[in-house]
Amino acid sequence: MEQFIAVLIDGIIYSAWLFVAAIGLTLIYGVMKIVNVAHGSFYALGAYAAASITGALLAHGMPPYLSYAVLLGSALLVTVIVAPLIERGILRFMYAKDEVVILLITYALFLIFEDVIKLIWGVNPYFVAEPYGLLGSFDIGDLTYPYYNLILVGVAIVCGAGLYWMLKHTRTGKLLVAVIHDTEVSRAMGINVDRLYLITFTFGSLLAAIGGAYTAPTISVVPGLGVEVIVLSFAVVVIGGLGSLPGAALGAVIVGLVRSATVHYLPEAELFVIYLVMAMVLAFRPRGLFSIAEARKI
Amino acid sequence: MKRDRTPQTLVLILAAILAVGPFAPQWTVFLLTVALAKGLVVLGLMILLRCGLVSFGQALYYCIGAYAAGMLGRLFQVSGVFTLMLAGMVAAGVAGFVFGFLLARYRSIFFGLLSLAISMILYGLLVKTEALGSSDGFNLLPSTLAGIRPADAWVRYMVLAVAAAVAFVAALLVHRYLKTPLGRLAPAIKDNEIRVEYMGASARHAIHVKYVIAAALAGLGGALAATTVGHIDPEMAYWTTSGEFIFITILAGTGNVIAPFLGALIFGIIQTVAFDISPNTWQMVLGSSLLVVILFLPNGLWSLFTRRKAS
Repeated sequence: MEQFIAVLIDGIIYSAWLFVAAIGLTLIYGVMKIVNVAHGSFYALGAYAAASITGALLAHGMPPYLSYAVLLGSALLVTVIVAPLIERGILRFMYAKDEVVILLITYALFLIFEDVIKLIWGVNPYFVAEPYGLLGSFDIGDLTYPYYNLILVGVAIVCGAGLYWMLKHTRTGKLLVAVIHDTEVSRAMGINVDRLYLITFTFGSLLAAIGGAYTAPTISVVPGLGVEVIVLSFAVVVIGGLGSLPGAALGAVIVGLVRSATVHYLPEAELFVIYLVMAMVLAFRPRGLFSIAEARKI
Repeated sequence: MKRDRTPQTLVLILAAILAVGPFAPQWTVFLLTVALAKGLVVLGLMILLRCGLVSFGQALYYCIGAYAAGMLGRLFQVSGVFTLMLAGMVAAGVAGFVFGFLLARYRSIFFGLLSLAISMILYGLLVKTEALGSSDGFNLLPSTLAGIRPADAWVRYMVLAVAAAVAFVAALLVHRYLKTPLGRLAPAIKDNEIRVEYMGASARHAIHVKYVIAAALAGLGGALAATTVGHIDPEMAYWTTSGEFIFITILAGTGNVIAPFLGALIFGIIQTVAFDISPNTWQMVLGSSLLVVILFLPNGLWSLFTRRKAS
């Protein structure tokens, strides 16, 4: 029983992390039809920015409780600079190309980012553990969990609900839904699709950076951080259905629970079970669990 | 129509490699052999790319080939280069045949993602298999040829010569295959699959055949890489390895069977030189060259040759 509760809690925490990391990927795919390999780079950028900025401010005597806001601020700062640069500077010239070619372009960007990060922050690890330890921890049975994990879950809920609210209830959101359904018609109706692409890419990348920023206190921030995040978030969004918001949530919960269950009951299967689920979903529902049938074009 | 000089060019390249090999410094021999191994994998990817399919999981077969060769040495003390390569090719080919039933139904991004998932399953399995060295992998036996183990100075040349001969045969066979009706179907499948079926051809069957060929070539390349490097680990199945192969495929272009090997060699040179000059920016150099190629040479480096001929 104890172990079952542990599986459940670990699963929820891991799902929250996966959801934040993957939700931007699904948004960008939904609107722009780009499978963005560079998504993991924004995760890493967020983590690095958060670790270095928060660390520096704490060293200069910032009240530790402010660090939670600084984490968010660092993610925001780095994305607002980098994402528009990438979208306006490179990606917008590529939209006419094939989906697979754009995937390769983002792969090239990912390779470039890997080294840009090393050039800016060096190869030594960064630690910023204060926000993690600050809140103390709580006990469930014999198990101890830091309160910080609740912040991760909170961030996931706020990101998911916020994005959902934005799509359903704001003007930009409704325009985005129109673009998701049909880019050409939206353009013909006078929607400024280029502007929406810029907003989507920045916002989607911001979500990845937030994921990285709030993970930074729990890990040591080292080069190569984004590499695993990419495949994991691919797994999450593919299971749920590329471009689907509820799908990403479901995918995150499935992957999160499956992984924490295997970690506790069958540690040897930890890694491969995620990709097994991904392959099974693709095999039986190629477009993911939440997907709309698409007409075959002649 | 222009005369096809590919077979003659291949013979010349093979002769040049065999002649220069004994005098070349050891590191260039190593570089060349690895390029041939990767070129074999990319040759397979090229066949798939000609019908518009990008496999983001070709590392699966590369890794299967390498581990098949490694296991053969570990369990049965086999160290003959040809036997190991044959084992790698057959193991990967069989796996490709089985997975092909599933993957031949997939197109575009979903083909890539499913092949990625399958290769990551193998990675996840290998990382946790302690009997095979987990994430450290294990070393191979020193290679022999026809039961003879050559002097240390000649081992690398021997592997290079075998690699060159095998790559020569593979390139020649693929070159012929591309001219068969099944081979010529590839651009048609890329352009419009439904019309292909109206003509009475089965796109799924054609893709399945191509998929098995590509898998067998990747297994061959994996076994060759394993014997060259002398060490294998699960990283060979990781998605970044697949990414590297795709990278070379795009860099090389699909114009000719020589292109993959040329691409692999150029990739090896960029990697070595860039890593030598500045170890922290070599990925940046690779990424930028990929961007430049996609932007300015959408048909790969090989289009430089054909463009000159046309003018």
